[in-house]
Amino acid sequence: MERVNSITKKIGEIYFTLLSPNEIRKMSATKVITADTYDEDGFPIAMGLMDPRMGVIEPGLRCKTCGQRVGKDKCPGHFGHIDLAMPVIHVGHVKTIRDCLRSTCRDCGHLLLNDKQRDDFIDQIGQYAIEGRNINYLYKEIITTARKSDTCPHCGREVGKIELDKPTSFRENGKKLTPTEVREWLEKIRDEDLPLLEINRKSARPEWMVLTVLPVPPVTVRPSVTLQSGERSEDDLTHKLVDVIRINQRLQENRDAGAPQLIVEDLWELLQYHITTYLDNQTSGIPPARHRSGRPLKTLAQRLKGKEGRFRSNLSGKRVNFSARTVISPDPNLSINEIGVPHRIAEELTVPVRVTVHNIEWCKELIIAKYAPSSLEKDYVAGVNYVIKNAEGVKRRIKITDKNAEMISESLEIGSIIERQLMEGDLALFNRQPSLHRMSMMAHRIKVVPGKTFKFNVCVCPPYNADFDGDEMNLHIIQGEEAKAEAEILMKVQENILSPRFGGAIIGGIHDIISGCFLLTNKERKVPVAIASYLLGAVGYKGDITVCDDERIGRYVMGRDIFSTLLPKDMNMRFKSKTYQSLDSEEAFVIIKNGRLLQGTIDENSVGAFKGNILDRIIRDHGMQAGREFIDNVTRLGIAVATMFGFTTSIDDEDIPEQARLKVAEGLDKAMEKIKNLVKAYEDKELESLPGRSLEETLEMEIMRVTGRARDMAGEIAGEHLGLENSAVIMAKSGARGSMLNLSQMSGCVGQQAVRGERIHRGYKYRTLPHFKKGDLGASAKGFVASCYKKGLNPTEYFFHSMGGREGLVDTAVRTSRSGYMQRRLINALEDVKVEYDGTVRQAGGQVIQFIYGEDGIDPTRSLNGKAVDVDRIIADIKEEA
Amino acid sequence: MPKKTPTKAAVSKKASSKTKPVKMQEAKDTKEKTMKDQATSKKQTVDTLPLEPAKKTKSSKSKKTLKKEPVETVIVAPVEKKSVPKKETPEDKSIFKINEYLTGRYLPFKIIEELSSKIIIEKLEKKTKDIVERALIDYEKNKIDPAEACGIVGAQSIGEPGTQMTMRTFHYAGVAEINVTLGLPRLIEIVDARSIPSTPMMNIFLNEEYRHDQNLAKKVANQIEITVLNEIAEIEADLTNLMITVRPDKEVIENKGISIDDLLEVLGKIRKTEAKANKDGSITVSLDDPSYKMLLDVNEKLKSLKVKGVDGINRIIVRKEQDEGYVIYSEGSNLDEVLLIDGVDQKRTSTNDIQAVARVLGIEAARNMIIHEAHNTLSEQGLNVDLRHIMLVADIMTSDGEVKAIGRHGISGEKSSVLSRAAFEITVNHLLQAARKGESDGLTGVAENIIVGQPVNLGTGAVELVMKRTKAKKE
Repeated sequence: MERVNSITKKIGEIYFTLLSPNEIRKMSATKVITADTYDEDGFPIAMGLMDPRMGVIEPGLRCKTCGQRVGKDKCPGHFGHIDLAMPVIHVGHVKTIRDCLRSTCRDCGHLLLNDKQRDDFIDQIGQYAIEGRNINYLYKEIITTARKSDTCPHCGREVGKIELDKPTSFRENGKKLTPTEVREWLEKIRDEDLPLLEINRKSARPEWMVLTVLPVPPVTVRPSVTLQSGERSEDDLTHKLVDVIRINQRLQENRDAGAPQLIVEDLWELLQYHITTYLDNQTSGIPPARHRSGRPLKTLAQRLKGKEGRFRSNLSGKRVNFSARTVISPDPNLSINEIGVPHRIAEELTVPVRVTVHNIEWCKELIIAKYAPSSLEKDYVAGVNYVIKNAEGVKRRIKITDKNAEMISESLEIGSIIERQLMEGDLALFNRQPSLHRMSMMAHRIKVVPGKTFKFNVCVCPPYNADFDGDEMNLHIIQGEEAKAEAEILMKVQENILSPRFGGAIIGGIHDIISGCFLLTNKERKVPVAIASYLLGAVGYKGDITVCDDERIGRYVMGRDIFSTLLPKDMNMRFKSKTYQSLDSEEAFVIIKNGRLLQGTIDENSVGAFKGNILDRIIRDHGMQAGREFIDNVTRLGIAVATMFGFTTSIDDEDIPEQARLKVAEGLDKAMEKIKNLVKAYEDKELESLPGRSLEETLEMEIMRVTGRARDMAGEIAGEHLGLENSAVIMAKSGARGSMLNLSQMSGCVGQQAVRGERIHRGYKYRTLPHFKKGDLGASAKGFVASCYKKGLNPTEYFFHSMGGREGLVDTAVRTSRSGYMQRRLINALEDVKVEYDGTVRQAGGQVIQFIYGEDGIDPTRSLNGKAVDVDRIIADIKEEA
Repeated sequence: MPKKTPTKAAVSKKASSKTKPVKMQEAKDTKEKTMKDQATSKKQTVDTLPLEPAKKTKSSKSKKTLKKEPVETVIVAPVEKKSVPKKETPEDKSIFKINEYLTGRYLPFKIIEELSSKIIIEKLEKKTKDIVERALIDYEKNKIDPAEACGIVGAQSIGEPGTQMTMRTFHYAGVAEINVTLGLPRLIEIVDARSIPSTPMMNIFLNEEYRHDQNLAKKVANQIEITVLNEIAEIEADLTNLMITVRPDKEVIENKGISIDDLLEVLGKIRKTEAKANKDGSITVSLDDPSYKMLLDVNEKLKSLKVKGVDGINRIIVRKEQDEGYVIYSEGSNLDEVLLIDGVDQKRTSTNDIQAVARVLGIEAARNMIIHEAHNTLSEQGLNVDLRHIMLVADIMTSDGEVKAIGRHGISGEKSSVLSRAAFEITVNHLLQAARKGESDGLTGVAENIIVGQPVNLGTGAVELVMKRTKAKKE
């Protein structure tokens, strides 16, 4: 058996240093002198930019330095170097170079501080480090102090004024300093002074910030691509390096030939430009180097930086195998723990299984299962895609086809790994972006289903924030046993029913499930035995139930008795239902005694997410498993009820009687009158202004109040005529979908449209639209929509409504980006914070943030809406025992 | 410390501890002791806590006590009157009894309080022991797990509802007359630790003797609200004599409680001028070296001259609140000076300017203010977020003794890990700087370990105990 190293190697620490010229030469595989890549025959030129000593990119070719190939042996590539004819300043370090020049003496290299100042600062640095204070200010102070002296306290040389001409040239007293001079100066700085300049002698010397040798990255870092036409296209870095070498060579030749100073300087500057853009092509002050096509080149800094850069795109987040993505659709017949995976995906994705003595037979069968004649009759048979054989330390991956299946199955050895296709019951992670919280990625049990979409229970929509208008989601198959165990215990949907945000359920019945429960339990619903047995079958109930007899409808079962079958036998509760929230009588309460629903209407307040009382209680008393079963059963029951009883909403649900319409119109007229009076009072200057407000503001606020009230009034009138026999009302009142506001806008009056919280006022001079008189301050001229959606809006109303609608759209667009960035910052600031075993909350470095988490050490997920202990519950229990 | 939901900035911590019975003090002590023990068991941290904040809080505390002295005599008296006879209330007795049963085990004070009051209501005194035991079991059950990534959970719990918030800046909060930034922009503002909020405002509470009297409240308001000379007087420039005459409106200045002498004093402060009172109640301002230009300059200056009030406060609204009496609301904020005004209750007056709170009342008050403000912004939008998450954010922002922003200029920029900083923002500079400074990355945080492809030191990844296989084989 293969020896498994249970302890993997761990990186302990990473050091950062500057490369010294010597180091660059030492690690270099070759000097690069030719500004070209390949010769006419397509072979890389020796000492050119594609020299095979710097590694190779074609598979099969061997690297001339280490003799290994790219893919298999993993030759990582090797650095080369370019000897620069003249030194060049590194753009990234200019500010440090400037500070070094400003605070040291050009002649003796001493810091421009007298010994006492120097010692003081060294003490202070030590002190700051002990106190853990932000040391940056101190370094700034050192430089400002050093700059203050006019002469060097050590050799007496007069100190020149150093200026930095962005991006890379320096002037001393107005006279230009060449990089050679800068380098000579920096060389003089003593090692002892470096700590005061924020430079660590162990990792850097100031003169290394002026380049004399340029490292050339391995070929593997800048691979060239061969286009279909056979043309080679080089990487941006290679392009840039070609420029550098070319100019470097010309500079060398000119200088050696003793060309005029002016020409040499021009070339020097050009070399500086090319190296600057090679390092960072977005340096301010110089034009970015461009590709022939006019596209700016992506050079070193651009490769690392930003969202698409190496750090955020390739290191902090990576692409993965064993994943799938497709459209999602609902399936109420699945448990919340399950996910329906289409055949095509299930056949593509695999789970690795190691062949052992115990499962070898099963594995063998599995390999041929797909190709056995009996598999044709079944919908889906899991097979094996690959077998990974481990022969003498070399791994070989063999694809299973109908031709080789039999053979491979027979020759299967213990110790190989088979990659088998998905089977029912495998665990997978399911995710929807944006992944804003941990419930955006949960583990589901796989169920292979026909079709082409992922299917899951609608109750799981809220945590993913998913709907089915074309959303796509991702699936990741778990590959290791350890990961599987973690997913099972921590990530399964049932473990995430309670949200850590507020300590309540985030998964619960929604939409038709709530409507169904409402229909079943509202108003003493009697269910004929035939339908009742269908419903009980849907939830898989086995047991007794009370059947009553009635002369008119025959044998029936009480709806609430059917619902009671889902409740645990020891449940006792009493709470107000959502439907009758405003009602102040006993009917409004849901009463459960010993697991029997005695009275009340089941709705959002019982089974819904966020506020489902019954759901909450089941999870707390009986655990996640029971909670999951309850949600599954409520889903089945609710959907079954809606199916059997029928539940439809249509446009005539918004019909209100003629006299109600008149009443609404009358009310609106009154409101208009009021507004007219307000405007008149304002124009006559009789309006009394609110404290601290101008007259205009007061008028606006008053009118807004009147229009708001007018809409509410219309809603009330409409509501009076829309009773609980109306499906739309049932949905709104029971909390299944929509609100009474939606209904009143549809059948009463849409109400005041607002932009930026004010009545609409922009448009033409003194008026919003040419349909109104100039200076009209009335309701309809400022965006009041008196019509209802059902009746339809008149053109001006429609226009105002669109204005309000547009604001909403813009708002959403702006909000997502702003809140996304805020969350990224929050996560970055808090990601290392964890609870230690001693109960303290600490950052990665060990700094204490809290001595006890949240002042009481309670997990918000387990808390009762923030409360540490459910005192009422304890008291009630104790009382019962007594 | 026993948990108190954070209320107004300067929460009356003293008052609350005073009402506590003796036994509670003991429980608190033991708890603190255990906390200390826990802390010392982890060596490095506690003693390395920066000295600076300690200094700061000390200085601000001394300031506080200095300022509060006159107030305290007023406030403390009624509290003691109440608490002296109350010492033997059934509640205290019950708390005492609970503490007895606890025998040093810890329960949050809020829970003890709730238990005791409920025990009294339900008359279950005899069952106290059972109840306490049950509460302890529940408490232990609900405790957070070690190695829990509470930071990430907290950040998600605050960030996720952010997507559901409105962007609209202006809303009317509490007082309809004052506009306050709310919703997402306000939350971002809090997290950014902006030095000045976009809509500063204050809730100024008044002392016992001021808050029930409209006139006294108005008087305080007059002292706070900025009064400009132009509002209370006619200003006439006499071009021929190159003089300016200020004619105060008698009624108005009386209303505002400004005397001619006050005016003279303010006017006297303007450079190169001299102010004289006339018999008819007007004031003549003459120039030291008269010139036409100078006259116009001074005239302009006079128009916007602050006669009275506190800088930075623009508008004042005095409102009568139920159970409270008169409360002053102000647009604009200046905590330093408002607290010094007579009649202002320094304990309850608050501002939404968090940096000012940190400056004036100290870092802990700022922490409470962050919690208070963030919680209010979230709940105003109907979003339910556990207070503990907000506390964690507030604590991380203030744990160094100054209010630090969440982001590259604050916490993220000061992280010790190079890779983590580079992965967040300004990648290249961080790497170059790290090389110069010779920094090393110990790979203790999350981002660093993800970058190098190692398990993260949180949750199940925090477990360091590993079974050694080879040993078993040898045997």
